[in-house]
Amino acid sequence: MTALLELKNVSRSFGGVKAVRDVSLTLQPGQIVGLIGPNGAGKSTLVNVITGVHPATAGEILHNGEPIQNLKPFQISARGIARTFQVVQPFPSMTVVENVMAGAMFAAGVMSMTEARAVAMEHLTFTGLAAQADRPANQLTLANRKRLELAKSLAMNPHILMLDEVNAGLNTAEINQALDLIRAIAARGISIVIIEHLLKVVTGLCSRIVVLHHGELIADDATADVINDPRVIEAYLGSRFAERQMVRHD
Amino acid sequence: MTKAQTQFLLLIVGAAVLLLLPVMSGNYTLRLATIMMMYATLAMAWNFIGGFTGYPSFGIAAFFGLGAYAGAVVQARGVPVVLAWAFAIVIGSLFAYALGLILLRLRGHAFAIATLVIAEVLRELTNGMTDLTGGGMGLNLPFFGWGPDALGRFFFYAMFALAAITLATTYIVAHSRLGFGLNCIKQNEDAADIVGINTTRYKIIAFTLSGGFAAAAGGLYASWTGYIEPSDVYDILFSIKPILMVLLGGMGTIFGPALGAVVFLVLDEIVWRNFLQLHTGILGLLIVILILFLPAGVLSFDWRALLKKKVSAT
Amino acid sequence: MIFFQYLVNGLILGGLYACIATGFSLVWGVLSIINILHGSFIVLGAYIGIFSYTMLGIHPFVSVITAGIVLGALGYVVQLGIINRVVAQSVLVTLILTFGLELMMNNAMLVAFTADYRKVILEKSLGVLEIGNVFIAMDRAVATVIAFVLIFLLWLLMRLTSIGRAIVAVRFDREAASLMGIDVKKTYAITFALGGAMAGAAGSLMSVSFPISPLSGPLFLSKAFVICILGGVGSVPGAALGGLIFGMLESFGAVFFGAEYALTLAFIVLIILLLVRPHGLLGVKGF
Repeated sequence: MTALLELKNVSRSFGGVKAVRDVSLTLQPGQIVGLIGPNGAGKSTLVNVITGVHPATAGEILHNGEPIQNLKPFQISARGIARTFQVVQPFPSMTVVENVMAGAMFAAGVMSMTEARAVAMEHLTFTGLAAQADRPANQLTLANRKRLELAKSLAMNPHILMLDEVNAGLNTAEINQALDLIRAIAARGISIVIIEHLLKVVTGLCSRIVVLHHGELIADDATADVINDPRVIEAYLGSRFAERQMVRHD
Repeated sequence: MTKAQTQFLLLIVGAAVLLLLPVMSGNYTLRLATIMMMYATLAMAWNFIGGFTGYPSFGIAAFFGLGAYAGAVVQARGVPVVLAWAFAIVIGSLFAYALGLILLRLRGHAFAIATLVIAEVLRELTNGMTDLTGGGMGLNLPFFGWGPDALGRFFFYAMFALAAITLATTYIVAHSRLGFGLNCIKQNEDAADIVGINTTRYKIIAFTLSGGFAAAAGGLYASWTGYIEPSDVYDILFSIKPILMVLLGGMGTIFGPALGAVVFLVLDEIVWRNFLQLHTGILGLLIVILILFLPAGVLSFDWRALLKKKVSAT
Repeated sequence: MIFFQYLVNGLILGGLYACIATGFSLVWGVLSIINILHGSFIVLGAYIGIFSYTMLGIHPFVSVITAGIVLGALGYVVQLGIINRVVAQSVLVTLILTFGLELMMNNAMLVAFTADYRKVILEKSLGVLEIGNVFIAMDRAVATVIAFVLIFLLWLLMRLTSIGRAIVAVRFDREAASLMGIDVKKTYAITFALGGAMAGAAGSLMSVSFPISPLSGPLFLSKAFVICILGGVGSVPGAALGGLIFGMLESFGAVFFGAEYALTLAFIVLIILLLVRPHGLLGVKGF
């Protein structure tokens, strides 16, 4: 069976600096995968590489077995790979519903505007933003702007959704709501890659975790195994903490 | 009656009044109306790239001048006038397309400047290619052999047709995926890209529309005046005035550019008549005053109102 | 060898072009303003050079100082009184505003000086120096040296003085600079004044070499644009380098294509560079 998404030895350098080096991984349909790593580990860069914003400088990316590493962002979106941004990227003076319509019209190819609006309203209802539909996007609270990103991405009718730090800047109650929303999205059969630097957020959500450190993939395994992996602990908390953990495990 | 219906009614009345003008008024009024429609076309042409897409183009003079020369050069060699205009449109659009491929990678100030320099470059080339263009001496076009009245009317109707087609195109763009996509690009180009918009293609379409319509106006202008020279048709004022008109009338709107053109030219005409020697200086003063006192609201177009109207109408 | 002659011509032109472009580049980089007035500033500087010589017998190289001061003061007033009101608005607004001011200034100069081309004809010329087969017009060469000295002084001013530091601070972060107690509007005015002073000085230097009329403004301006993008916006050494490149292009381009296509040639080079480096040259994107 071909994987939904497969990365083969993907690297990306900026100038002389390799932000992502030699990463290989696969994503199967229906999975929720956590992509974790300390700040600056190359998580967002990896998403940018997959979505074509910063094309890979080496390696191959296959989507349903077809290479996509040379496609432009809009072409990758049209193939059903959507993402949200760490820093939300709305169309500021368009209304909330128009923002979502954009996703439906272009990536998902809904031809008529009336139909796109109807589709958009469905996603707004799903994400709990229906009441805000006609407000300009730049008037929303941060939590709602993050929901808008989700709704916009869903309107693109993706089968892969990459969420870049959807919880950053949210309080505990808001995070819990967001996690419920993500579970509901997954229940629709959309494969999700969730990027986090908080371990505890992903452990409750993902069955599998991929860890990046200094641009390299250092672990890719079931959640329980990854969080006990000394290399992961070291990457996160420094070597002394890792040693202590090792002693305790022995 | 909805706002859209009111606008439509006003449009019909305006068009009817305009079309009756040649019957009712003298050559002076007719000439003024022709100029107004020409500038309305230029303003709407700019609006595609500047208003809808938010790219600060200062390239209208380049396309206008290129259209004028393209049309004039073939007309001077015996090509019928309407074909010469078609040729001007083709050349203008192709040039805009090719240029767009390169220049639309730039944003903001760099884009503004690059488009501004194109007119200077074309002026230099036109001056240099004496055999083809007559160089700095200018280019005379074949005489029509008509009386001034018939000539005035002919070009009035021709310009009316051009302005009407430009307006119709504006309307279609504003209500289409293209217009929606251009607005997305204007607001946040990176997000537009991610949302699945082929931003390069959309921007090039907008720039080509802009170049094509401006070149058409140039082609008509050349055969109307019968004589063109580089310093006349590549005048940077042809780049600046349409922008001012759009700023006056409303960026990215459908009727704003045309209304702005009328308002601006009335002001311009008053200045012309009263200060012949100081005309450009006073015009400059007018521009400074307009810019300093233009309400900020004019600069941002309310897309929502339009969309709501569209949805409630369907 | 004829090659060296063109090289020398290019260098001499390049120095003057560098001087034209530095002021323009500074204003663009710091204020994010494309100053359409720049061309007319250069022309007025040239007229100060011309009239100081014909009426008072002052050498244009000395008038560099007066031209710099007069245009600097004019720039200061224009920025403080007019442009500062819209300085934070889009490029459309600011560019059109300076264009309006340019129309006023240009019209005033046309009325005052007419459209005739004029040039300083020195009574005591420094003559022509001949090295091998290379001829160097010494008046032009000295003008170029002065141009580079001025650029160097501006560079020093930016690096070493508190004014320079304030300008750099405002350029990088207006808000932070303002919190640090820098008067942003005044800093803008000073920057614009420096741009004007460089233009005026360049004009006076050029009055020895080129015939000038109020109609010359747009061409100087276009060249300043292209040089700026070639060299990188907002950087003094960048503008100097861009000026030299442009001078060379004009000098060598004249051999193959004729002198009348200088701007076209530079523009084509610019487009090729843009194709090779899609995100622009040295920092077009950022500043």
